[in-house]
Amino acid sequence: MSTVSVRDVTVAFESVRVFDRLSLDVEQGELLVLLGPSGCGKSTLLNAIAGLLEVETGQIWIGDRNVTWDEPKDRGIAMVFQSYALYPRMNVRGNLSFGLRMAKTPKDEIDRRVAQAASMLHIEQLLDRRPDQLSGGQRQRVAIGRALVRDAAVFLFDEPLSNLDAQLRNELRDEIKRLHHRLAATTMIYVTHDQIEAMTLADRIAVMKDQKIQQLGTPLDLYYRPANLFVAGFVGSPRMNFVEGTLEQAETGPAFAAGKRHLPLDGYPFTRPPEPGRAVTLGIRPEHIALNGAGNWDGFTVDIVEPLGADNLVWCTDGGLSLEVRTSGEQAIRPGMPMALGIDPRRVSLFAAEGGERL
Amino acid sequence: MTAAEPAGRRPRHVTWGRIGVYAFLLASALFFLLPLWIMLLTSVKTMDEIRLGNILALPADPTFQPWIAAWSEACTGLACDGIQVGFWNSVRILIPSVILSILIGALNGYALSFWRVRGAEVLFAVLLIGAFIPYQVFLYPLVRLFSVFGIYNSLTGIVIVHIVFGMPIMTLLFRNFYSSLPRELFNAARIDGGGFATIFLRVMLPMSTPMLIVAVILQVTGIWNDFILGLTFAGRENLPMTVQLNNIVNSVQGERAYNVDMAATVLTALVPLVVYFASGRWFVRGIAAGAVKG
Amino acid sequence: MAIAIPIPVRRRRTITRRLPAMLALVPAAIAVVVVYLGCMLWTVRLSFTSSKLLPTLDFVGLEQYERLLGNARFLISVQNVVIFGALFLIGCLVLGFLLAVFIDQRVRVEGTLRTIYLYPHAMSFIVTGLVWQWFLNPTLGLQKLVQDAGWQSFTFDWLVNKQMVVYTLVIAGVWQFVGLIMAILLAGLRGVEEDLWKAARVDGIPTWRVYVSIVLPILRPMVITSTVLLAIAVVKVYDLVVAMTNGGPGTSSEMPAKFVMDHLFERANVGLAMACATFMLITVIAVLAPWLYSQYGPRARRRPA
Repeated sequence: MSTVSVRDVTVAFESVRVFDRLSLDVEQGELLVLLGPSGCGKSTLLNAIAGLLEVETGQIWIGDRNVTWDEPKDRGIAMVFQSYALYPRMNVRGNLSFGLRMAKTPKDEIDRRVAQAASMLHIEQLLDRRPDQLSGGQRQRVAIGRALVRDAAVFLFDEPLSNLDAQLRNELRDEIKRLHHRLAATTMIYVTHDQIEAMTLADRIAVMKDQKIQQLGTPLDLYYRPANLFVAGFVGSPRMNFVEGTLEQAETGPAFAAGKRHLPLDGYPFTRPPEPGRAVTLGIRPEHIALNGAGNWDGFTVDIVEPLGADNLVWCTDGGLSLEVRTSGEQAIRPGMPMALGIDPRRVSLFAAEGGERL
Repeated sequence: MTAAEPAGRRPRHVTWGRIGVYAFLLASALFFLLPLWIMLLTSVKTMDEIRLGNILALPADPTFQPWIAAWSEACTGLACDGIQVGFWNSVRILIPSVILSILIGALNGYALSFWRVRGAEVLFAVLLIGAFIPYQVFLYPLVRLFSVFGIYNSLTGIVIVHIVFGMPIMTLLFRNFYSSLPRELFNAARIDGGGFATIFLRVMLPMSTPMLIVAVILQVTGIWNDFILGLTFAGRENLPMTVQLNNIVNSVQGERAYNVDMAATVLTALVPLVVYFASGRWFVRGIAAGAVKG
Repeated sequence: MAIAIPIPVRRRRTITRRLPAMLALVPAAIAVVVVYLGCMLWTVRLSFTSSKLLPTLDFVGLEQYERLLGNARFLISVQNVVIFGALFLIGCLVLGFLLAVFIDQRVRVEGTLRTIYLYPHAMSFIVTGLVWQWFLNPTLGLQKLVQDAGWQSFTFDWLVNKQMVVYTLVIAGVWQFVGLIMAILLAGLRGVEEDLWKAARVDGIPTWRVYVSIVLPILRPMVITSTVLLAIAVVKVYDLVVAMTNGGPGTSSEMPAKFVMDHLFERANVGLAMACATFMLITVIAVLAPWLYSQYGPRARRRPA
């Protein structure tokens, strides 16, 4: 049973139509990430689910209730914002309890929930302070706390970590992950443009671009079998290598050709029969290229080496193509060294040159 | 599971709240427009109409005679040359006052922002506090002082007064503006060999256009609308339009020519109103810059 | 190898470098010393003299102040300025806040409305006073209007009514000034971040409660600024009174500022006028000092502008 269901939704936003009958089902208890670059519509979708934006067509279901016309406070949701949005003149306790007081929750229930949220997020000693006396990380905890006390079935996160510095971001990211494990029954929808956040936090990721969901799947699905060129380039750091060329029919079977380079493609799981002559883009991740093995592509020279400690990122070029390779940090590689690159056809991804869908 | 009816846009019915908002805003708008309406209408009615009709009614027989009378025939005290005298007096007061007060304000702001002069901050603080104090606290000694120098009741006197009393706001305006400019700009000009005056005239002043516009709006409105300073310092030959207006209306015995009075009032309000309507957002910017002190 | 620069040379160089700036600030220095400090102190000094038409430099102690406190006109003026001040302040703040809040509701004709609410501020207090004097004219203005419309027993003779005339000043004053307060508070409202409204909606807080418990506290600095500006305007009120009622009927709409002017120029009693002026000065300092202290004093926190 899915807890949040978006059905054929179009949203009107400042006299612009966003989404074209978009549908999305979120499973109960999962943490779904809406991932994409700015302008892709992920925040708009989240706001529509929250009820902060009206849908033009379609429905939104939460649990077994049709909430399309419900106010945010009646949808059983809680929300955490990028800018924390704490009430500035109230102390932390006031911020946590204000919504409950409005709903006329009995006082001891309020106290219990506030204490529980405070202990879960380690903010007990901050309860009497005001937001301007807190650090960014503390403020975000309080914002999460305010969502916790609502005892909601669905949590919505709108880029909550974007305002924090790198170290804090990692810290809070882990907190959110732990929270997700503790609240096993709570469904969480999380919006971000940071693919590392998405990969580490998500049970499933919906990659969005141009107000459409490009691919919906687990992090590993997205990583190893990206559905199109955009997803392949967006997920994974360092970025996947792309080489443009054409499909051709060789004696042994289908092959990829780019300039003077050839790559036999036996073992590659085509989704449909390959058409010779078709313009395609080949994608191969840096860690899936072997250096100086029985390379089927030789004649490369090392251009730049970026030592990361555990790994080396090596740029190899043959004058025309430039490919990034990830290899062990213990290998001694210097610029100028000749290289042969080994590419396994079963590890590559092929995309149509037009449209970018996976072949 | 119930039939899934709610779908798409929620049916929007006009809520009472929305109606209330518009009603309140509309009523307020009427409250604000009322005097303008009355002012304009009365100024084109005949006295019979005014006596018999009601104050809000449109004129049955509009005439511009009151305007002509106000402009060239109305009596201010002894002379009956109309309010045009006051108009030109105000113009003669306005132009030097505006130019000089803005120039000095800009110079002050520039000096305060970029050049560390000892005691300048204290000077500025006293200036700002002085802006809050009513004129009556300074007035009489200033009158005596001007008498000694022979500039009491003169054009020079009133211009100096406007410069002095406009200094706090003008200085504040330009100091805040120059402080918001990157200091590297100033340093680059210094390295290029610029001195105090060169940097001001060639770098800072040309960049100050937005603030100059705001300053002009503030000063034109403030100086044109001034009454008490003009009354005290300008002297009988230079009385500004506001003073003449008050004389025309309030120092008449017997029946008043209300239409002429209102025509004169409109004429007096004309210059700042035109500035206001022409300046749009700049007026608000001026207020914000002046009102939100510190 | 460090060469010690002899101190006199260094100071000389600093002064020559700063000389143009110092010269530029001379007009300001003159203004401050001569007018803002000098004239103010002179006024206070004169309040301790027995000056009548011309200033005399004797010293009569607090005699003028005693006379002031026994002067009926002065007492009326103080009473009036307090009543006027209180109503003017409250009226402008409340109406200004309501206008700002309602205009902020994504109203369609917002620009036009703002222009309408603000244009009175572009007019002189003289113009305002004269127009309202005309509108509230008992024989030909509002009273006649309503009576002609059918309500025969309606009276609105406040302008000539000794008890009510102060209130006419309040109406005209609020009409002129409230647009400014609205502009200030609207700017403050616009500074409230969007996400705060969203959070309140998710928390299920009714709109009016958001304004009272969340928005108003955020607007506190702007409200305080507005209050200070309004208070200063109250003490200064002179043009409006002269135009609208000239202190009348009789002396029932006297104001301290007018008291000073009348006694300086018409009633030739400089000492008494200066005592009243000093009284005004003390009032203003009493309003300013706490505000300045809270903004710039020892415990003031740097507020992001």
